[in-house]
Amino acid sequence: MPEVLDAAVRLLAILAVFLVLPLVAGQMEHKAMAHMQARLGPMYAGGFHGWAQLIADGVKFMQKEDVIPAAADRRVFGLAPAVALVPYLVVMVVIPVGPGLVGVDLDAGLFFVLAVMGIGVLGSIMAGWSSGNKYSLMGGMRSAAQLMSYELPLVLAASSVAMAAGTLSLPGIVEAWQWWWLPWQAIGGVVFFTAGLAELRRPPFDMPIAESEIIMGPMTEYTGIRFALFMLAEYAGIIVLSALTGVLFLGGWHGPLLPGPVWMLIKVFALVFVVIWVRVSYPRLREDQLQKLAWAGLVPLALVQLALTGVVKVLTG
Amino acid sequence: MTELVPSYASPTGQEIVFLLLGVMAVGSALLVVTTRQLVHAALWLVVCLGALAGCYLVLTAEFVAWVQVLIYVGAVVVLLLFGIMLTRAPIGRAADLDSGNRVVAAVVAIATAVVLVTVVVDGFRTAYAPLDPGAGSAKEIGATIFRNWVLPFEALSILLLAALIGAIVISRTDIRGRG
Repeated sequence: MPEVLDAAVRLLAILAVFLVLPLVAGQMEHKAMAHMQARLGPMYAGGFHGWAQLIADGVKFMQKEDVIPAAADRRVFGLAPAVALVPYLVVMVVIPVGPGLVGVDLDAGLFFVLAVMGIGVLGSIMAGWSSGNKYSLMGGMRSAAQLMSYELPLVLAASSVAMAAGTLSLPGIVEAWQWWWLPWQAIGGVVFFTAGLAELRRPPFDMPIAESEIIMGPMTEYTGIRFALFMLAEYAGIIVLSALTGVLFLGGWHGPLLPGPVWMLIKVFALVFVVIWVRVSYPRLREDQLQKLAWAGLVPLALVQLALTGVVKVLTG
Repeated sequence: MTELVPSYASPTGQEIVFLLLGVMAVGSALLVVTTRQLVHAALWLVVCLGALAGCYLVLTAEFVAWVQVLIYVGAVVVLLLFGIMLTRAPIGRAADLDSGNRVVAAVVAIATAVVLVTVVVDGFRTAYAPLDPGAGSAKEIGATIFRNWVLPFEALSILLLAALIGAIVISRTDIRGRG
């Protein structure tokens, strides 16, 4: 019985985190973006600085009509938002926030995370195809092309950390972490974060959803709650990517003075801020620039990091 | 492997889950080849490969299971979908999906299945492997590959390298054959 209770409490905590943190990230994006562009952002909903704006948005989305186009493939169209969202919920189960504070400590946790995150992109491909809309189809194709080229640097950069720590378990990696890994794994960290941004299709890698040319790509035909689920998946993806970068490259719960989980939260939200900052600062990359960055930029850098990790690991024994 | 064979009359939870996953894998595999919609076939392939990864998990091969999801679901099927969408991806039934060779293909498939099943049943009739958690962990697999199976591993890497070079040569238009 205690084990069942323990598992239930952990799952409930993860579900709460999954429901709350993406909304906080979304609100942060509203506000940070507004202030960077010298405006205020939402100010009325809920009173204090429009804190309830996203809840109001959610209520609005729920009331909207759920339109399925006549030319769409209904089953795949309905399934796609779930396929996009659920993987991020599943990934959160293995991300450690403090010593012992993790849903499940999987032996191959790192591979689990990378594998499951790849499935999320399938949702966007399914949405793109099943909408029966040429812009959506183009968006879906671009998603697929982007996933294929950015998965490689992502896995290579992550395996560099696994090599340094000598384990694939995420809590194990954080436990093995030392402060001097920051400069040692710096290249890998940048490659991982950039490739992760591209896998989430966040600006400047938002060619698949480019609203000014293919009108949100895979999401063109989605309305109401299904569209809201795609947005939730995007913000959950940002949280997962930031948490993973924090765990793998910034030492997770390590930090002076404050307790571990607080440090983890600080690192996650610092990275979320970077994600928003990058969105506001950089123009969208063209499709060929996008592919070139992956194959001629990130993959060689990731290989350099892998070699560097190997050399240092052998020298320090 | 030990010779101690437990009774098949009262299957354990693991065996039941394994059987269900097996049924799921075979069922979705049949749907892949019988469905009339091209993209649905690729999506059923996702279910099939996922169920196979589940089978690996039940057999405690955790690492292999996640690699299966990462490579096959995350890369191979996405590549397939990309190819389908790039060429033709009609919504709804397509009439020209059946190949003229389907009878021959079915015969070959059934013959292969019969050979494989007979060999496995014949070879491992009474063998029974206890499923201890941790036997398929990354550490165990790494140690086994690089201690006992280095030669096949290296042979495979040479094969992959050859395929890679071949792909580069074929895709580049500025390299000409000698003819």
